[in-house]
Amino acid sequence: MTTSNDEKWINKKISRRDMLKLTGMGVAGIAIGASGFGGVMKAMGYDMFEPVADSITAKNKVNFYGKHQSGINTPVQKHIYFASLTVLVTSKEELQELFKKWTPLVVRLMNGELMVDLTTNTRVPTGDTGEAEGLDASNLSITVGVGPSLFDKLGMAHLKPAELADLPHFPKDQLQKEYTGGDLCIQACADDPQVAFHAVRNLVRAASGKVEIKWSQAGFNSFPAEGGTPRNLFAFKDGTVNPSIKDEQDLNKVVWVDKGWLKGGSYLVARKIQMHLETWDRTSLKDQEATFGRYRDSGAPFGKTKEFDDFDVEAKDSKGEYIMPDTSHVHLARKSGARILRRSYSYASGVMSNTGAHDAGLLFISFQKDPAQFTTVQNSLGRMDKMNEYITHRGSAVFACFPGVQKGSYLGEALFNAL
Amino acid sequence: MKNKSLLSVLVAGGIIMAGCGNTEDTKKEEKPATEQAQQTAAVDLTTELSAYQQFALEQMDHFLLDTEKFVNLFKAGDIEGAKAAYAPARMYFERSEPIAESFGDLDPRIDGRLADIEEEGKGKEEWTGYHKLEYALWVENTTKGYEAVADQLLADAKELHALVQTVEVTPDLMITGAVDLLNEVSTSKITGEEEIYSHTDLYDFKANIEGAEKIFEILRPKLEAKDKELVVALDEKFKAVDDLLALHATADGGYISYEDLTEENTKALAAAVNQLGEPLSQMGIILE
Repeated sequence: MTTSNDEKWINKKISRRDMLKLTGMGVAGIAIGASGFGGVMKAMGYDMFEPVADSITAKNKVNFYGKHQSGINTPVQKHIYFASLTVLVTSKEELQELFKKWTPLVVRLMNGELMVDLTTNTRVPTGDTGEAEGLDASNLSITVGVGPSLFDKLGMAHLKPAELADLPHFPKDQLQKEYTGGDLCIQACADDPQVAFHAVRNLVRAASGKVEIKWSQAGFNSFPAEGGTPRNLFAFKDGTVNPSIKDEQDLNKVVWVDKGWLKGGSYLVARKIQMHLETWDRTSLKDQEATFGRYRDSGAPFGKTKEFDDFDVEAKDSKGEYIMPDTSHVHLARKSGARILRRSYSYASGVMSNTGAHDAGLLFISFQKDPAQFTTVQNSLGRMDKMNEYITHRGSAVFACFPGVQKGSYLGEALFNAL
Repeated sequence: MKNKSLLSVLVAGGIIMAGCGNTEDTKKEEKPATEQAQQTAAVDLTTELSAYQQFALEQMDHFLLDTEKFVNLFKAGDIEGAKAAYAPARMYFERSEPIAESFGDLDPRIDGRLADIEEEGKGKEEWTGYHKLEYALWVENTTKGYEAVADQLLADAKELHALVQTVEVTPDLMITGAVDLLNEVSTSKITGEEEIYSHTDLYDFKANIEGAEKIFEILRPKLEAKDKELVVALDEKFKAVDDLLALHATADGGYISYEDLTEENTKALAAAVNQLGEPLSQMGIILE
């Protein structure tokens, strides 16, 4: 561990020296991120919009540049910090400037580097909040998206894709305003919870006065030592039928948008789903399994023995009953025929103040080329899903996540070019 | 209010801040830090420091006069009169809090809340100052039995007034003080935890903002020379907070009860204060 830390210091020193060389200035300077500093920084020869490259030496590093944004076809990390933001800027130009400013900062964060901090003046706060110091990149991915409300707010309604709309009301939804919607989102996933939180915290701080957090949720995933599908808080394997993130052709069918300014991007659906753990925990194993339509231990569908065994939802036993109950979650989801890429995380956020029950559940996140895919699945689950007895949907949002960024470009450039 | 003397925190501040910097550069920064200290000494803030001292002394003069007025009304048993005089008198204290609270023992005696006293393991009987009289007026609806507390408050205000005459204002006190005033707003005023009986939190809120704004105004020429955009940002963000507060002003120049604020109101106020805090925390650039 010491060795890795030592190497880390060396890497950082080099990158810092390079940066100083690059900007042609001494140790004096200003922290990036605070309002009103552009002038001084420019005067001092530091350009906050200077592109930053993906580090080739950083450990546990996910690349920023590419055809798609990270955090979609990236192997699922252990932690998420998801933030839905409200924009405070009132013009498209200010929004564009924000994305230009964020882009190099996002690369730095994903390199495991600190935010720019050239000052030695201890009378001002540091440019980086500092809690990720000594931690590596931890496979941090950052995914930025725009919500339907943004387009109306900033007079860009003509560029809002028809697919980008608030989700319809689903049976049994109990959506709360404080967990619903948003103009922008930042999905930060990492193998270290503090790295994920640090990323959102610093990006929001760098955008002080331009955005504010509307709602946010931390979440976690735990992977069995021998690999395999992680279990959710109901103890069932979650994500078994996901498309392979390595099968680009399949992702083209399911995940990636293929037209307009969002080409190469994807729609993110977020649902904050409370899971009533107390009631679940007093449900017999037989009923729990019938709720999913899978065996808890193996994850195999009813009538099969292995997790990934294929199954026919219409198959019936000798008595003419469905082998997989027609009220089970898996039966109904499969029957919808729609596919999505799930990237969900569990959460446990204390207790509900009104009931004393666990405030725990699933921060459901899925990516799809059209939110209608999610709607189809959710409509199929409808009132029938036996799972409804144990869950309540509390929050909902949909965002159009930009395509990937090429070096020299910035997040969302295609959108602004389309203006 | 704070438990520790701000001055003692400030004295240690330099060392602590150096320790909290980027560890990778601590060694490298040792030398520049020394250079920086010399540079700091070279920045001439004599005019600004004395202007702020002048301001603080004036505030303390008013605080003593208005506290005397409040105590007299209280002791005369004029409950309504004392209630009306309570919040305005406290504003002088809140405006100059960076200085007023720098005398460790006096601050809790004058401005201690019951929660603060209990935190120190003390009981209600050891509680003194404005908030105890607030409790008498708004909860017990009486002045009887609290005369000695009122006398003590006036004596403490006099002692504070005398001590403040000797305070030496430092650049750090001004710059840290401005942010500190905002932090006071963010942590206790915006939550209604400062004036839990009278709910006059918005008076303190306004006074804290005015105190920070005064420091900004005094430093304005130096900031202009260093970073014009920062001054523009600060003007804009102070105005945003002031405009929001004005929405809750009453005809008599006061403010509505904290209890009449909606969650949306407090959220908007808190966001405006946070947005002001970011540029305000950069005022230290003039010491570079």
